[in-house]
Amino acid sequence: MSGEVTLPFFILGVLTIVGAAAALTLRNLVHCVLALMLAFVGLAGLYLQLDAQFIGFAQILVYIGAVAILIVFAILLTRGAESPSQSIVSPSWASGSVVSVVVFGILAWTIRSSVATRHSTPLQPEVTVKQIGNALMSRFALPLEVIGLLLTAALVGAVTIAMQDKQEMK
Amino acid sequence: MSPLASYLLVSALLFSIGLAGALTRRNAILVLVGIELMLNAANLNFIAFWRYGPNPEALTGIMFAIFAIGVAAAEAAVGLALIISIFRHYKTTNLDQINSMRG
Repeated sequence: MSGEVTLPFFILGVLTIVGAAAALTLRNLVHCVLALMLAFVGLAGLYLQLDAQFIGFAQILVYIGAVAILIVFAILLTRGAESPSQSIVSPSWASGSVVSVVVFGILAWTIRSSVATRHSTPLQPEVTVKQIGNALMSRFALPLEVIGLLLTAALVGAVTIAMQDKQEMK
Repeated sequence: MSPLASYLLVSALLFSIGLAGALTRRNAILVLVGIELMLNAANLNFIAFWRYGPNPEALTGIMFAIFAIGVAAAEAAVGLALIISIFRHYKTTNLDQINSMRG
């Protein structure tokens, strides 16, 4: 199977790219989030294609289950659900699109000319959730603690920032 | 084209779409969505290099992707809280109308 693009990869890649493009071009913000969920589903499928089952399911849980719902909450709280009457792009949209096209050109050229992509495909790695758990508890114990601290700080910080001031309420 | 190159190409396209969205959209929430897409493109790169790299049994790519997902979730929570706070003050989420620091 090495050397060519398989059909599942093609379908999932197209799903991801179309979802991402729709998420950033549609007018209605709720439709944008639905398209974003489509892109996340495609990405989770790509992770499963790459034999990273744990990451694929974590992607579904964290992104589709939590981040997308959080974005929907923010849209509805900021009254963004109705389609905007004025333009949806910022005044400097031309330079922004030129920059992103140039970035994609450079990345694609680098990938085409790289020697790292010419190696033969290694065997399918055997990774179980047990191995991941063991690694998290032994080699990666300190990063795990740090990310726990970061998530706690983000939780407290988000509540503090979004909380209404006492003076504003008067 | 090798499988690794095709995954990297999809990831580069996803990154560019996210960058274009973050640079061109007016709504602050969609700028955040663009940043999320860029982070996801980086994650796809980690997993692709882990799968096609020299020693996948070391699990380094998987671990980095797990921690990146955690950091991205924290970033989304704080970013959306900031946007809600800004909306309460300015009554808009359009970035070009938020142009004073002590308005």
